[in-house]
Amino acid sequence: MASIPSKLYSDDVSLLMLLLDTNPFLWTGANTTTTSLPFPGFLTHVLSFLNSILLLNQLNQVVVIATGVNSCDYIYDSSSSLQKTADSSENGRMPILCSRLLSKLEEFVIEDERLSKDDSPEGIVSSLLSGSLSLALCYIQRVFRSGPLHPQPRILCLQGSPDGPEQYVAIMNAIFSAQRSMVPIDSCVIGAQHSAFLQQASYITGGVYLKPQLPDGLFQYLSTVFATDLLSRNFLRLPKPVGVDFRASCFCHKKTIDMGYICSVCLSIFCKHHKKCSTCGSVFGQALGDTSSTDRKRKTPET
Amino acid sequence: MSGIGIERRFEPRKTNNGDERRLAVDGEEEEEDDDGGNGKGLEAWERAYADERSWESLQEDESGLLRPIDSKTLHHAQYRRRLRSLYSSSTTSRIQKGLIRYLYIVIDLSRAAADMDFRPSRMVVVAKHAEVFIREFFDQNPLSHIGLVTIKDGVAQCLTDLGGSPEYHVKALMGKLECSGDSSLQNALDLVHGYLNQIPSYGHREVLILYSALSTCDPGDVMETIQKCKKSKIRCSVVGLSAEIYICKHLCEETGGSYTVALDESHFKELLLEHAPPPPAIAEFAVANLIKMGFPQRAAEGVVSICVCHKEAKVGGGYTCPRCKARVCELPTECGICGLTLVSSPHLARSYHHLFPITPFDEVPSSLLNNPQHRLPRFCFGCRQSLLHPGNKSSFRAACPKCNQHFCIDCDIYIHESLHNCPGCESLRHSKTPRFESHGTIFAALEVLNMQDLKRGVVSHMGCWALACTVFDSVLKFKILTD
Repeated sequence: MASIPSKLYSDDVSLLMLLLDTNPFLWTGANTTTTSLPFPGFLTHVLSFLNSILLLNQLNQVVVIATGVNSCDYIYDSSSSLQKTADSSENGRMPILCSRLLSKLEEFVIEDERLSKDDSPEGIVSSLLSGSLSLALCYIQRVFRSGPLHPQPRILCLQGSPDGPEQYVAIMNAIFSAQRSMVPIDSCVIGAQHSAFLQQASYITGGVYLKPQLPDGLFQYLSTVFATDLLSRNFLRLPKPVGVDFRASCFCHKKTIDMGYICSVCLSIFCKHHKKCSTCGSVFGQALGDTSSTDRKRKTPET
Repeated sequence: MSGIGIERRFEPRKTNNGDERRLAVDGEEEEEDDDGGNGKGLEAWERAYADERSWESLQEDESGLLRPIDSKTLHHAQYRRRLRSLYSSSTTSRIQKGLIRYLYIVIDLSRAAADMDFRPSRMVVVAKHAEVFIREFFDQNPLSHIGLVTIKDGVAQCLTDLGGSPEYHVKALMGKLECSGDSSLQNALDLVHGYLNQIPSYGHREVLILYSALSTCDPGDVMETIQKCKKSKIRCSVVGLSAEIYICKHLCEETGGSYTVALDESHFKELLLEHAPPPPAIAEFAVANLIKMGFPQRAAEGVVSICVCHKEAKVGGGYTCPRCKARVCELPTECGICGLTLVSSPHLARSYHHLFPITPFDEVPSSLLNNPQHRLPRFCFGCRQSLLHPGNKSSFRAACPKCNQHFCIDCDIYIHESLHNCPGCESLRHSKTPRFESHGTIFAALEVLNMQDLKRGVVSHMGCWALACTVFDSVLKFKILTD
């Protein structure tokens, strides 16, 4: 983070984009680990965490985006509710955060469920992480545009659902865009299995990836690991990046491979040499070497 | 941009007396501009008008008043035009993109590069933007290679060999910034031709010449060299800094490149960065091929080994070549021992957005905006910025044709230039279902086209539907066009 110029805003002011997984299949399903931490319990941990972020620095900002199965939406923005709290100041700040977030969350879950009624939900268990990541990045760009005075943004994914393979390209696009704008993506996985997408996301963007051993103590994990601002992270020993496996798996057998063949046209990965690319249909010449002879042959097999 | 405010008032007074009074009013509004604009240290009277082209930052509005150009809307209009032209060309005629590129950047460091029409000199401007370009290039083409060549004293010199590390090139370029003598197009092309002839046939061979001189001083017939480049399928592009030259135009026309001449510094940057995204591939230029690549794993922590790239002993970190077990420091690279191309899966993923570009958003017509019957979304879907500006009547909004969500200008640009995802489409499972259902039609179409192999391909891609489908859309269009 060294190249970010010093801001008038002190370095420890942060904007936290929290992506909340509201996948009903995760929270109600026969998932063994989440039974120890039901959704209401999970929410109390998260709400206390959000409060503690806002209390750490009065300029801190929190935006919560719900990641549903059929849609994604903003459910809370601490900056937009500031003026409104001034109007109804008889309540304390905390209940307002909670009540507003909870009511929006309820609306969102109902809407999300309504959308799912139309098509059969069979097999859909992944939530739309790519959508909420894209939304968060758009919001962060707006914060960057707002001028030189802005809080340091970061994204925290509280994800429990398994990865949706169809989102791979979109999630990778979001990761690279976050990397370009130096926004770290932290991930806290509360589901049963590790998330390969989030491991890559955190590794590439320099965020923290953590899968808590004991979901009951979620608040402690959140407050000790994910509450720290970017400046303080330099002085802390946060969980080390796990060894991310960057090997690819081949398109033909879905095996993870060390060495493979890549189609030069569409970048499909194969474990053996093929005559023709099964994805884009291009006909291959010899694999490597023998460069001159293939030049002329090209046109005939294509047409 | 800076400091133009003062001249805006001086310049038209000389040429256009009628507008003098009105301009003075205009000038009042720009007081702040003037204050900020003197940052460069030159007062208005110290500058030469011809060099600054101050008249170009004025335009006439509908009532005949001279106004400074609204750079933001202009920028956005430009961007949309570029997007449209890019998109239309990629969908109608060519689908393939040259993703694996071997590009030589030829930098003209002849006498002409010392000219001061670009501030402080052409050479410095070229070097500055070449650095930006190199970084952008590797960001967009992680599997590609760049080499640097300079022309000085009529001789072309290879500054760096083809390589994949931006730092290495930038360092080499910054260390060699001096100019003298004549420029020679032929020598440069000959040198580059020699290098590019050796690269494998699946790679796209490209030369990008940043040409300052107005002439070329060649030892032989440059036309022959151009034909040689054409035969070797080297795509030559030129960005000129002075004026259009016939020989450059001829070179680009012959080899399928583009020839552009920069008007000023920002225009130069724009023209240069246009070469960063992969060009549409011409089928005969590069042969489809399978390339053997290695996906090395990170070496275990605490292991001491000597890396191939720097020949230094290092503790931990680095990657191990799966074929010869040599240690390399960073990816992507070529193994220094066995020559295997080493990449990681994110590098491949980084290129996917070129293959599956997102559709440009449609501008919401202003008639719809002022129509009270239509209740349009009040906020930008992406960033929650209000789309209703009470004072500003021209609140631009763009709508995604697929998910019909509305976006503000800035999100529109960000989504297309950096994110490559439509947040609206991504956060609606609905918008994806038609794609899933369209498999039936794809199969039917494939049957017609008699592409059984391809169909088998669909089945083998069960794990990654979205990817396969998008590829298929393109393949279908491609096949239909070529048949």
